[in-house]
Amino acid sequence: MTSVSMTVNGKSVNADVEPNTLLVQFIRENLRLTGTHVGCDTSQCGACTVHVNGDSVKSCTMLAVQADGSDVTTIEGLASGDDLHPMQTAFRENHGLQCGFCTPGMIMSAVDLVKRNPNPTEETIRKELEGNICRCTGYHNIVKSVKDASEKMGG
Amino acid sequence: MYSFNYERPSGINDAAGAVGEDDKFLAGGQSYLPTLKLRLAQVDKLVDLGGISDLKGISVSGGEISIGAMTTHGTVATSSDVRSSIPALADMAAHIGDAQVRNRGTIGGSIANNDPAADYPSALVALNATVHTNKRSITADDFFVDLFETALEDGELITKVTFPVPQKAAYAKFPNPASRFALVGVFVAQTTSGARVAVTGAGPCVFRQSDMEAALSGNFSGAAVKGIQTVADKLNADIHASADYRAHLISVMAARAVDAAS
Amino acid sequence: MSVENGIGVSVKRKEDQRFITGNGKYLDDINKFGQTHGHFLRSPYAFAKIKNIDLSAAKTAPGVVDIFTGADMTADGIGGLICGWGINSKDGSPHVAPPHPCLATDTVKHVGDQVAFIVAETLQQAKDAAELIDVDYEELKSVTDVRQAAAAGAPQVHEEAAGNQCYDWEIGDKAAVDAAFTNAHHITKIDLINNRVSPNPMEPRAALGEYDPGTGEYTLHTTSQNPHVARLLLSAFVGVAPENKLRVIAPDVGGGFGTKIFLYAEETTAVWASKRVGRPIKWTADRSESFLTDAHGRDHATHAEMAFDADGHILGFRVSTKANMGAYLSTFASAVPTYLYATLLNGQYKMPCIYAEVQALFTNTTPVDAYRGAGRPEATYVVERIMERAARDMNMDPTELRLKNFIQPDAYPYETPVIMTYDTGDYPLTMTTAKDMIDYTGFAARKAKSAANGKLRGIGSSAYIEACGIAPSAAVGSLGAGVGLWESAEVRFNPTGSVTVFTGSHSHGQGHETTFAQLIADQLGVPFESIEVVHGDTTKVPFGMGTYGSRSLAVGGSAITKAADKIVEKAKKIAAHLMEASADDIEHSHGVFSVAGTDKQLTIGEIAFAAYVPHNYPADLEPGLAENAFYDPLNFTFPAGTHIAEVEIDPDTGVVEVVDWAAADDFGNVINPMIVEGQVHGGVAQGIGQALLEGVVYDDDSGQLLTGSYMDYCMPRADNFPNFRVETTNTPCPSNPLGVKGCGEAGAIAAPAALMNAITDALGKEIDMPATSEKVWRAAQNA
Repeated sequence: MTSVSMTVNGKSVNADVEPNTLLVQFIRENLRLTGTHVGCDTSQCGACTVHVNGDSVKSCTMLAVQADGSDVTTIEGLASGDDLHPMQTAFRENHGLQCGFCTPGMIMSAVDLVKRNPNPTEETIRKELEGNICRCTGYHNIVKSVKDASEKMGG
Repeated sequence: MYSFNYERPSGINDAAGAVGEDDKFLAGGQSYLPTLKLRLAQVDKLVDLGGISDLKGISVSGGEISIGAMTTHGTVATSSDVRSSIPALADMAAHIGDAQVRNRGTIGGSIANNDPAADYPSALVALNATVHTNKRSITADDFFVDLFETALEDGELITKVTFPVPQKAAYAKFPNPASRFALVGVFVAQTTSGARVAVTGAGPCVFRQSDMEAALSGNFSGAAVKGIQTVADKLNADIHASADYRAHLISVMAARAVDAAS
Repeated sequence: MSVENGIGVSVKRKEDQRFITGNGKYLDDINKFGQTHGHFLRSPYAFAKIKNIDLSAAKTAPGVVDIFTGADMTADGIGGLICGWGINSKDGSPHVAPPHPCLATDTVKHVGDQVAFIVAETLQQAKDAAELIDVDYEELKSVTDVRQAAAAGAPQVHEEAAGNQCYDWEIGDKAAVDAAFTNAHHITKIDLINNRVSPNPMEPRAALGEYDPGTGEYTLHTTSQNPHVARLLLSAFVGVAPENKLRVIAPDVGGGFGTKIFLYAEETTAVWASKRVGRPIKWTADRSESFLTDAHGRDHATHAEMAFDADGHILGFRVSTKANMGAYLSTFASAVPTYLYATLLNGQYKMPCIYAEVQALFTNTTPVDAYRGAGRPEATYVVERIMERAARDMNMDPTELRLKNFIQPDAYPYETPVIMTYDTGDYPLTMTTAKDMIDYTGFAARKAKSAANGKLRGIGSSAYIEACGIAPSAAVGSLGAGVGLWESAEVRFNPTGSVTVFTGSHSHGQGHETTFAQLIADQLGVPFESIEVVHGDTTKVPFGMGTYGSRSLAVGGSAITKAADKIVEKAKKIAAHLMEASADDIEHSHGVFSVAGTDKQLTIGEIAFAAYVPHNYPADLEPGLAENAFYDPLNFTFPAGTHIAEVEIDPDTGVVEVVDWAAADDFGNVINPMIVEGQVHGGVAQGIGQALLEGVVYDDDSGQLLTGSYMDYCMPRADNFPNFRVETTNTPCPSNPLGVKGCGEAGAIAAPAALMNAITDALGKEIDMPATSEKVWRAAQNA
């Protein structure tokens, strides 16, 4: 067991974990934050995307011990109280989700995408979402959602 | 994942001293952690290099860019130093994996792994880079030995990679449609000592296409290489592409890279 | 009068709030006190005899609770999995359905077949123990390709199935077709492969089984599109427990696309074993396991011939298909290449006669069953590719050949030669709409521009039809279905006027909580926010047949409407009593009940309160305001339309870029246009995926799955698609009260042929799916 401490969604957490505990396991099993999902085992689907120190990462491809001392944000920490993040609102307004399973990772990636590209073109959005797979929407409304949110976040 | 021990030293010497015969350095972990997750590898101890600040960062001096081993692809892709000196290198880094992978994956981890479909090896070879370790300096030509094999000895730790600034360079990648690794990637560079063409994805290990280099020496244009075929015998063949197709793509990607070089 | 949040409004989805905040409850998010973890040891071979299984080392490994093999299940009287649709061969003999044990007994028949089930305190310990199980296999020569399975001397997957044949079935009039071909002016022939695909809902399958020794009741949480059907099968055929002692819950389910219709070995084993170990057991698939065990889709090899007269009118159509069933018959596998496929070979056309024969074969591969569209995409693919080739053979514009042969809008009801009665439609309208959307006439100029840039441009269309809303119980019963295909609903008013709707349909992305609430908001005038839709729990919902075949709205929605009709009837009696009028004089409009010719009125909320607090109430009426309904449809519904794809090909690399897409679909009435558009987008994306990127590949020699992860199986990403142009036309469906037809599968049915026809147009030659860059490049080399 190795002890880890980090800030998750603004709260500091401490735990003893086996070194082979993935960050996603720590988030889901230790912290019971089950909004972060696991959709594959080869680090491609992006359903597990969270922010570590502000950058999007795949929490299935990072050990909990590697996040020691980090500031982690999951989908549960994106809204401010009852005020949804503009990206969350945009996904709802533009029907950017269907089954909802990829959605938390998609939203977390999209927030990072807009941070890096404040006024993304449709092409940029499609390219930058390479690390997130959705099987339901055909991406059409996801792209629309991200574009909509980027305009509101920049405005 | 099988069980393992974990250590996170803060200095290069500590790290080198911490790694035993059945241990591994952990850099960004974007290739190695998936391997562990699928139980395709077992390790006694992971020595995490993430706590060593000396291994991170980019600097430019004397016509050379130096990139610390633990510098992420995302950092290289967006570095103004890299963008202004060797834009092709930043562009190559921007095409590795996806945004999340680029936020974790590192240059040192990528080249130490030497995946035959990785992008970085082609950049190092084409740009005639030098790999610096805690023990020595190794030219890129000597560093990449074979499939997942490098010149690194047990316990040897990459500290940084230095790239001489070329006259011009470019990378053209044809991604595997599924994994998005390079099915064929060609990095070309015009340097003071001639043209260099490095091919990744197509063979068991990055290699230089000497016929193309010769052709480019007199005429650095896409037209000069488009007709040059690579012998398919030793190229990879799998469900995504035959060796013949890969050979053809080398010519196409090389020509596109040359024409795009800046 | 249009109602706020009623029918026809793009209401934002109710369910989204929990999904965008990370508060959805998918199966793996649920944990039980004392829970253990299950893990399956799977066959590494495509085909092998099991000579011995030695569990001794594994059973004593740390954390192991118990380990089970096929022998344990057999000893406990647990049967295998069954196929619920009987198909008879040409000679009248029933299809061959070999045993399908949950855990292999003496042989394994595909890579990934279940060999043992390890239950341990942690998943890690279960996986560690699995590595200690020593299985002595004798590997056998395997067969994975359907054409090779049919060949003489092929390895025999099942002793019971001579020549690997499951059935050899036919439909239509062979003599009439033979005669039509004799008289033909032109005959077009084609051979097509419909590639095997893996459905890949983003949530992997999972199960959580538990047993309560106090009540003797089992509870199974499972990723199912139809929990009642799972319960029926587990109870009546597998023999886990009687239905009254078995509760099946499908919570938030992350996509299905058909693959979560079926009853699988994993949930069956987990719920059975939960009693054996006396603790809850959770199993969640890794994506690698999903590739090995989720039922695959498609996998047909087809030869087709179409006869035309001198004017280009179709005279007859002849189709011969080999369908790969995989190693075992999955739950509805037998119906897919027969009644869901050959019955749609008429397409949108006037075809005087059709004859189709389908040979279904076993191979050493993952079972194949319904995947989005199920049979109908395969039918559309055959019809629309041969129409395209025929047009080219006869030097006609492919859309003109289609327009010439379309069934006309005044021809309904229209009986096809393959037992379907099309109820309504306007095929020329969807075709011309799609052509306008994509500027069909401007294509030549766009092609010239592409050519100037060294690119090959192509345009291709697909005029599809599907039979949805499955289905009239009597009709499917006569065709071999083992179940009725009605749907049930309860509409329950609460005393304070809010409503809970219980539906047997299951939502795993379709937005039922929104669409079904719109039905009630519209019909009964209840505020949208005051309506709750409950689904996915056999204890809460009376009965249900589940969600597949684009049936939820046409059948499940109709059941809700029918229950709401009963509510209105009862409410009228209560209103009449309260307003001292005759029930015959009560008029109802969107939840307001008024006495004709007066200004007296009551709202449904006031009536609901009176029904539950019946102080002043009709003496002959029961209190309460809750009604059940079962709805059995009169006919299938027939959504139809035209999709047109435009592609640009880089001949140097073979890369195909989908540059434009026009979808004109007739779904009948539309309840929520936003959701319908989303369904089209998703369906088209899966169809493009199949045509361009996806394909399950097995190694011919070893039978190993070569596309076992996202490293090798190409899942479409955002940058593989353009924006889609989507429009709907409307000929209301006459066979259900809502006039709806279903929209979930249309895109996946239409898209593959449209895209492949566009590629054919660009290349001037035909290739098979998936149109990988290498295939396209090779074709472009000598184009």
